[in-house]
Amino acid sequence: METIQSDMNRALMLDGNAAAGILTEIFAVEMTTNLAECAHCGCQGEMGTLLAFTQAPGLVLRCRDCENIVMRIVQAPGAIYLDMRGMAFLRLERALV
Amino acid sequence: MKPSLEWQIATVKAIKSENARVKTFTLALPDWSKHRPGQHYDVRLTAPDGYQAQRSYSIASEPERSGEIDLTVEFLEDGEVSSYLHEVMTVGDQIEVRGPIGGYFVWEATMGGPLLLVAGGSGVAPLMSMIRHRAAAGSRIPARLLYSSRTPDHVIYADELERLQNAGDGLEIFHTFTRQAPEGWTGYARRIDNQMLSEVSGPLGKMALTYVCGPTLLVEAVANGLVQIGMAPNLIRTERFGPTGDIV
Repeated sequence: METIQSDMNRALMLDGNAAAGILTEIFAVEMTTNLAECAHCGCQGEMGTLLAFTQAPGLVLRCRDCENIVMRIVQAPGAIYLDMRGMAFLRLERALV
Repeated sequence: MKPSLEWQIATVKAIKSENARVKTFTLALPDWSKHRPGQHYDVRLTAPDGYQAQRSYSIASEPERSGEIDLTVEFLEDGEVSSYLHEVMTVGDQIEVRGPIGGYFVWEATMGGPLLLVAGGSGVAPLMSMIRHRAAAGSRIPARLLYSSRTPDHVIYADELERLQNAGDGLEIFHTFTRQAPEGWTGYARRIDNQMLSEVSGPLGKMALTYVCGPTLLVEAVANGLVQIGMAPNLIRTERFGPTGDIV
């Protein structure tokens, strides 16, 4: 588990919306309205509420409440790496047919 | 909604200067699909050597306009995508885009209201999509926009906002100017603070659907302020533009 990063730069912070494109690419559905639970503090929220950091080599999503890392996405030429250790669960809404 | 997100080649149909640093690009899309106000498109540029740069831009137009979208883009000195759009692209050029994207920072008339919109600088773009949609849908849901700009010259969509307000269908616009207000200005002339948020949000009540968009630090301050004055936190949605925008 990560600990709270005191050097988190809030000025660089975006919202989960900023990850909507890559998340849709990975999961093939719109993800920002899907519910996730933070593995660190247990709070639940739509993925759009997560704090997004896009300046790193990868994309980092942090919990809005405890600021710990919930998800990391790294795009390499041949693959996408997804680190979801910080997420207790992810709820995927079934698409209405 | 489309099951997957495909890149497509859009054609620049028109370019409009909104102010010295902001332009609106009208893009014609071969595979247009109706967006929800507040959604964005990803724009991707590819250099001859294969290097790619990608940014997200909010849709400023209303979904009732079919086949095309408006993206309002602020010029950033170190912005490799915005500088290309501003300085290189002309009408008739083609550009790679994918969208519409996002479902969180979205408002549609069917969601009801009242509606509180707070914008800093070019953060007004996705809120403009909501305002234009509200008008196009014939909605009379009470709506208020608090819009922070450095000076009157920095205001985007000024004439259209005034016209929409004058339509008298329940939309009210509140400007605040942080650097220089017009001569004889009796409105707000300071950064958004809790007193301003209280005054503007007051008539809408504590349960207004609230959308805040702008530079990250402005959004932080406004979102915290809205909670401090008692607005329902789960009804406040934010879209941060990052550190690069002007402080407004």
